[in-house]
Amino acid sequence: MIDNMAKQNHIIANRRPPSRWATRLRLAFHYGDRPWNALTISMAVLTILVMLAIGVLLWRESAGSRSAFGLNFLKPTTDASWNPVSGEFQAWPFIYGTLVTSLFSLVLAVPLSLGVAIFLAELCPEWLRLPLGGMFELLAAIPSVIYGLWGIFVFLPKVVDPVGRFLDTTLGNVPVLSLFFHGPIPASGASLLAAAFILSIMITPTITAITRDVFLAIPVSQREASLALGSTRWETIWKVLIPYGLSGILGAVILGLGRALGETMAVTMVVGNSIGGSLSLLRPGYTMSSIIANEFAEAVSPLHTQALIEVGLILFIITLLLNILARLLVWRVGRGNVQGARA
Amino acid sequence: MSSGTNVWLGTSTKQLIQSRTGYRRRKFTNRIMLTVTALFTLAALAILFWIIIYVVIKGLQYLNLDFFIHLPRPLGMPGGGVLNAIEGTIILTILASLFAVIPGILAAYYVAYNPNTPLGIAVRFGTDVLSGVPSIIIGLFCYALIVKYQGHYSALAGSIALAIIMLPTIIRTTEEMIKLVPHSLREGSLALGSPEWKTAVSVSLPAASQGIITGILLGIARASGETAPLLFTALGNDNYEVGKIIKAGLANHKGIFAILGSIVTQPVDSLPLTLWKYAQQPYPERINQSWAAALVLLIFVLSLNIFTRIWVQVRANRMQGK
Repeated sequence: MIDNMAKQNHIIANRRPPSRWATRLRLAFHYGDRPWNALTISMAVLTILVMLAIGVLLWRESAGSRSAFGLNFLKPTTDASWNPVSGEFQAWPFIYGTLVTSLFSLVLAVPLSLGVAIFLAELCPEWLRLPLGGMFELLAAIPSVIYGLWGIFVFLPKVVDPVGRFLDTTLGNVPVLSLFFHGPIPASGASLLAAAFILSIMITPTITAITRDVFLAIPVSQREASLALGSTRWETIWKVLIPYGLSGILGAVILGLGRALGETMAVTMVVGNSIGGSLSLLRPGYTMSSIIANEFAEAVSPLHTQALIEVGLILFIITLLLNILARLLVWRVGRGNVQGARA
Repeated sequence: MSSGTNVWLGTSTKQLIQSRTGYRRRKFTNRIMLTVTALFTLAALAILFWIIIYVVIKGLQYLNLDFFIHLPRPLGMPGGGVLNAIEGTIILTILASLFAVIPGILAAYYVAYNPNTPLGIAVRFGTDVLSGVPSIIIGLFCYALIVKYQGHYSALAGSIALAIIMLPTIIRTTEEMIKLVPHSLREGSLALGSPEWKTAVSVSLPAASQGIITGILLGIARASGETAPLLFTALGNDNYEVGKIIKAGLANHKGIFAILGSIVTQPVDSLPLTLWKYAQQPYPERINQSWAAALVLLIFVLSLNIFTRIWVQVRANRMQGK
């Protein structure tokens, strides 16, 4: 027995010590944890690299356009030139179109989605919340082109055209507002207003989902305290819950704005696609995403391509900043667990 | 006695309080505003059903068998379909899933177990931001990265664009699902002496597999409806027919990889892309076909969504023991 143990100890003591590298290699492949960790970490890094690569590549590919036009590319003017043949490019009409359609769509979508979110989170019975919420997620899941097709053949003639005429005859005569609401709206109804309407439908589910989750994350004690002091339900919602969740709601709105800015297909189909130089919402216009969608595949010169990529770069930077801001706001409320932020 | 005092106090004080605090006005506002929120909800739902019902009615009128089994024919010739677009969509989606699923799951695995390391926070934040990048920008990126480098449009470029769009959805769903796996399972496996990677591959990921599949399906639903990133990566191709390519390849005695290569390296069409092109043409028959395409697309995307959401809900209920 003792002999045996001594023999074993002898064997262990006299075993040739393996080289450092051999040990490392054996450990690594026997246990496999290092390759596994390296693999998961590298895939995690890859997702961040994709983000960086998008920025870097757009920056590099638009170099020619940036050096040729400089800040003149962004200058606000009413008679901007976008001429692929003579090689003069100014992006202001597209920037204006994108900003005005997105902001106007917010004017419509924010009250709508706030109302829906309040209904879903505070008023509707428990059993109805899930199916209703699911339906709003379906609204978000409908592909953009289908919104566009429906927009062209149903929404433009049935809604946008009458509303546009009405706005033309009413707001079109008010001194300052007439700048934005003077007609005539084109016969097809394709206009910046149409794009804004479609966008407001498309971003409502996004804003609703996150706002609802913000409301649901507010502690019940806040509601109870307010109701116990004698507030009505609406006062509780308006004076307690909304201020409490304000940064999250703001985040939701900014996320919606980010989605509106980048939305391409539906907008391209209803916006009218013309560089008119008019400020009016009732006239056809162009947005940054729709000029890229329409012209990129048929760009006539390298400079044209680069100018379009620079438009894309501007769009990327704007949406990136808005998204970072919005996520920070939403994360602060939900501590990184707001499910709806996935919209 | 006491009841009389109560009545006196009750009515008068109540009236006093009500008039001072504008009780009736407040109650009125309450009712109006709550009704307004319900009306808003109804309005939004009405739009949803308006779109769905209109597309279904229009699409059913123009949907027929030819739509699925023929290539597009010149205007005026009856019986054309969009076989090229349907096959293209399938090829693009399969390729995009191949590119997105494994990196997505691995990244999600890292994030799920290291949520608060700098890299974990960066990835969670990065995927959130990536999901907000406009899809047309991702198209531009893939153009600059692949199409410009290769010198031609291809299914490959289109599918990488779609993969980037799927990635955030897959990462986030998988992360949530891995977090739902009970810690005891993982600890049990580790305590038995199996290394981390083996625990991941044979315990954690299989336990979360159903949830991961729903994430992949949601990603597919999102990617298959996208048009913007394909405009200048996949471009479109009226003569794309996988069967013909395979036959031609076999006739020329090409290897399987050469055939697969020729399938993925040429431009392809997809349903949303065809829908977009047809909707802008002034010919009624093209527009009718785009309604049919819209119906097929809508059914595919919505049924994937409904199916996965119900599945997730059933599973969540079962886990809570309901």
